[in-house]
Amino acid sequence: MTSVVDEASLQAHFDATVARKDRIEPRDWMPDAYRRTVVRQVAQHAHSEIIGMQPEGDWIGRAPSLRRKAILLAKVQDEAGHGLYLYSATETLGVSRQQLTEMLISGAQKYSSIFNYPTLSYADVGTIGWLVDGAAICNQVPLCRTSYGPYGRAMIRICKEESFHQRQGFELLMTMMRGTDEQRAMVQESVNRFWKPALMMFGPPDADSTNTEQSMAWGIKTHTNDELRARFIEMSAPQAEALGVTLPDNELDWDEFWAVVKGAGPCNQQRIAHRKQAWDDGAWVREAATAFSEKEQA
Amino acid sequence: MTGTRAEWPLYEVFVRGKRGLNHVHVGSLHAADDQMALRHARDVYTRRNEGVSIWVVRSEAITASSPDEKDPLFAPSGDKVYRHPTFYVIPDDVPHM
Repeated sequence: MTSVVDEASLQAHFDATVARKDRIEPRDWMPDAYRRTVVRQVAQHAHSEIIGMQPEGDWIGRAPSLRRKAILLAKVQDEAGHGLYLYSATETLGVSRQQLTEMLISGAQKYSSIFNYPTLSYADVGTIGWLVDGAAICNQVPLCRTSYGPYGRAMIRICKEESFHQRQGFELLMTMMRGTDEQRAMVQESVNRFWKPALMMFGPPDADSTNTEQSMAWGIKTHTNDELRARFIEMSAPQAEALGVTLPDNELDWDEFWAVVKGAGPCNQQRIAHRKQAWDDGAWVREAATAFSEKEQA
Repeated sequence: MTGTRAEWPLYEVFVRGKRGLNHVHVGSLHAADDQMALRHARDVYTRRNEGVSIWVVRSEAITASSPDEKDPLFAPSGDKVYRHPTFYVIPDDVPHM
């Protein structure tokens, strides 16, 4: 039984831990709203990694060489791993893996809107590595110091691996830029399509971001959406120059962003349908493995 | 999925980075049994030569202390400063101490 007085002292202990930038660990007392916010953010992040396997996975069978195919396979496998690290972190807050998958499929929880855009050409594999993973790194590096311990530790592992993702993408684009006019045009066309959606990955402008202020007070987020977006734009400019591509302007259509978040993007239905099918098709495997384990123990 | 059995149990994963180091907790995963947990741990936590040995243990088998740092469990060591080498004042000119 927790009395009102006890709760006040627990809250004070929690506030003091966050204030000295110490970490909150799974079995610590935490306010319900903090728990809900971390679950929402980490689950969204986990779902993004899992759904993020699809746009690039589409190109594994059509990679132009064995080298590129091995790289792409390793990258997509990493995305699965990142999703698993983050699902584990979410589960420390008392949500089950099964509930998380069901909330993704039902639409109760979201994933990054970037993965609702299609990969129309092979250059998109490079652009996703360079810009999409680049934006993700920009967002994720500060999250290594987030206040929730398991989330920060998952981010440290992920950031170590993301660097490979970005570099392989940039190298792929560089190789194409050294090729034919047609290949160079393909890269530019891909960058044109992905630049603005990549900028939107940082979330709505600060003025419209309802969660930012509280998340920063709790140390879950350490920078605002606009700060990180500006940092990413600045970092990308010399990279675009080295590559020889022109970046589009930075005017963003937030109506498009909200439409994609709410389900009206080009691939929303396809992404969820694919995930649901994999989940349903895998049910007999999960059950068979459980049955085998029970039989072994009997 | 409704009507399916309960999900696979949770395992905690510990990896020895290289010979001579302790196994360190790296995260958790679900598996139907111990052998599957070991294989999943290899795929999830050692894709880049992060380990030479893996331990997996069912999470429910772990007994943990209370998370509160002020817990009386740790109080007995709080007032025993004489257990630390810096408690003892030795002249600077005494070598190898």
